[in-house]
Amino acid sequence: MSAKRESLFSKKNMKLIKDPLNDSNPISIQVLGICSALAITIMLENAFVMSMSVLFVLIMANVVVSLLRNLIPDKIRIIVQLVIVATLVITVDQVLKAYVYEVSKQLSVFVGLIITNCIIMGRLEAFALGNKPGPSFLDAIGNAFGYTWILLVVGFVREVFGSGSIWGIKIIPDDWVYHINPDTGLTEGFYEHNGLMLLSPIALFLVAAVIWAQRSKNRKLIEEN
Amino acid sequence: MKFLEKIVDKMEPNFEKGGKYEKWFPLFDGFATFLFTPKHTTKKGVHIRDAVDLKRTMNTVIQAMIPCLLFGIWNTGFQHYRALGLLEEFGFLDQVLFGAIKVLPVVIVSYVVGLGVEFGFCIAKGHPIEEGFLVSGMLIPLIVPADTPLWMVAIATAFSVIFVKEVFGGTGMNVLNPALTARAFLFFAYPKQLSGDKAWVNMELPDGYSYAENGTVVLNELGQKVGDVDAIAGATQLSRFNASIGAMKDKAEELGEAAGAGKEAFQAGVVKLGEKFDLLDSFLGVIPGSIGETSVIAILIGAGLLIHTGVASWKIMASGVFGAIFMTLIFNTAGVNPYMTVNPLEHLFAGGFMFGLVFMATDPVSAAQTEIGKVIYGFFIGLFCIMIRVFNPAYPEGMMLAILFMNVMAPLIDHYVIQGNIKMRLERLKLNTENH
Repeated sequence: MSAKRESLFSKKNMKLIKDPLNDSNPISIQVLGICSALAITIMLENAFVMSMSVLFVLIMANVVVSLLRNLIPDKIRIIVQLVIVATLVITVDQVLKAYVYEVSKQLSVFVGLIITNCIIMGRLEAFALGNKPGPSFLDAIGNAFGYTWILLVVGFVREVFGSGSIWGIKIIPDDWVYHINPDTGLTEGFYEHNGLMLLSPIALFLVAAVIWAQRSKNRKLIEEN
Repeated sequence: MKFLEKIVDKMEPNFEKGGKYEKWFPLFDGFATFLFTPKHTTKKGVHIRDAVDLKRTMNTVIQAMIPCLLFGIWNTGFQHYRALGLLEEFGFLDQVLFGAIKVLPVVIVSYVVGLGVEFGFCIAKGHPIEEGFLVSGMLIPLIVPADTPLWMVAIATAFSVIFVKEVFGGTGMNVLNPALTARAFLFFAYPKQLSGDKAWVNMELPDGYSYAENGTVVLNELGQKVGDVDAIAGATQLSRFNASIGAMKDKAEELGEAAGAGKEAFQAGVVKLGEKFDLLDSFLGVIPGSIGETSVIAILIGAGLLIHTGVASWKIMASGVFGAIFMTLIFNTAGVNPYMTVNPLEHLFAGGFMFGLVFMATDPVSAAQTEIGKVIYGFFIGLFCIMIRVFNPAYPEGMMLAILFMNVMAPLIDHYVIQGNIKMRLERLKLNTENH
């Protein structure tokens, strides 16, 4: 038993966690799961809840598929995977509705769309089907956190500049924002929230900026052409 | 001049390879070639060089924009005092002075930020400074309202230079027009400052004046009325067009299902359309709007210079006008709402259509490159501009979106034009060989 545990955290297995955080990040390198990164990163809280949902679904799905990998017939494996993932996603959706209703309303359809998230299907196909549950578990953690940190960075920037708050707490006083003083009728303030940050397309620019920063730091990631 | 040249020559060794300030060579090179003709000589191939280099081309465009800039400076002041009803108290010089105080800082901020970002990238990447921003830096101030806060101009300029130009490889590599991207950024990021009826005309009172309760302006010392505030002075032509649809809807709601309600509502919209609209005013440019876009005359002077020197393509301009007229005539035939009945000439003179077509659509980098492509490109810019204006009141200025959209499409147009040409020639070849 102890020998097995040791091998679980061996150098090769630790690579499964570290790689997706940087060198083979699901969003910035593989460019998977972009839709949710664009849609639900307006607020840091939404981004966090979304990431945790993906984390849960990815870990469970990876482990379960890995356990069943020798039983699943090859021809219908996608259907089996979908059933497993869908079950997990519906569970997550119900939990979110029960405990964080406001957030779940804002995430709306995107929780359900985790089912079709390329990261999850990709990991199941590429990893869980051919590996033991232990490494599959680590692989899931690595990829989920690779997804999480990008979502949090994008969510942070969008919330600070778009709504002037962090995790719902105002950091830019309303006095600073342009407003009309009811007493004098004059416009006061010197700041305006950036409305573009509230629109999805800006997330593309932010993800692009992350990709840019990452590749200029880590030159081996740059593709040849 | 000799004196300056000596200084530059003396400084040069410091910046060359191995010199003290080797890293700053791009900056030095940029300034030195700005002052004097570059000393580079052709090393191989053809030895005759045209005197028209990138700097000359850029300078021509800037010269073409000067009438718009000067007119914009005066018009900013004129609109300001007219809206306050103080035209008699403040004459021509006051108007120019007010406009200069408002406009020149925007120009300076745009240049400083844009060139700053560009220089930074050149030094970091070690490639020579190119002059691409000289034109964009002048375009950006001309297409924003005079009252836009300077920090917004700075952010938008930095955004467009970084994400539209530098990311794609600098001058000459951009897919989109950088100045228009800056404006699009401002429009979506800070809609309150860039659209609506309050954005265009500065309503701050001069020292010593104050608003009275009945919408008049009074001079504090005397306490007597000196001017009437013009309630709708801030509306642009386009917002008046839009208002006509609103007026029609209001009237229709008021009348309900009554007999002839539709016709009467339509009439109400048409009345609103005609309100305070003067074709001559918009031709001369004495209307509210972005700094440089209002005067058709000033733009036409610029267009003349650009076409005469061959810097901008007359095909794009001509086909753009044709496309706009074509679309307007279709709408006129349909005539479902009052906005659709606006005649072609009013559409051409309103908003930024002329300015966009002359200075932005013809940008040699982002426009189509093939001659047939240019005609198609211009035609669709005109067509989409009118379509966006009429169909989507949320975006009053269709020109910006139309040009950006066609910028993206330009390579595709070129591709098909070239493919078509290849196909045609292949067929000709086949025919020729068959005949022999």
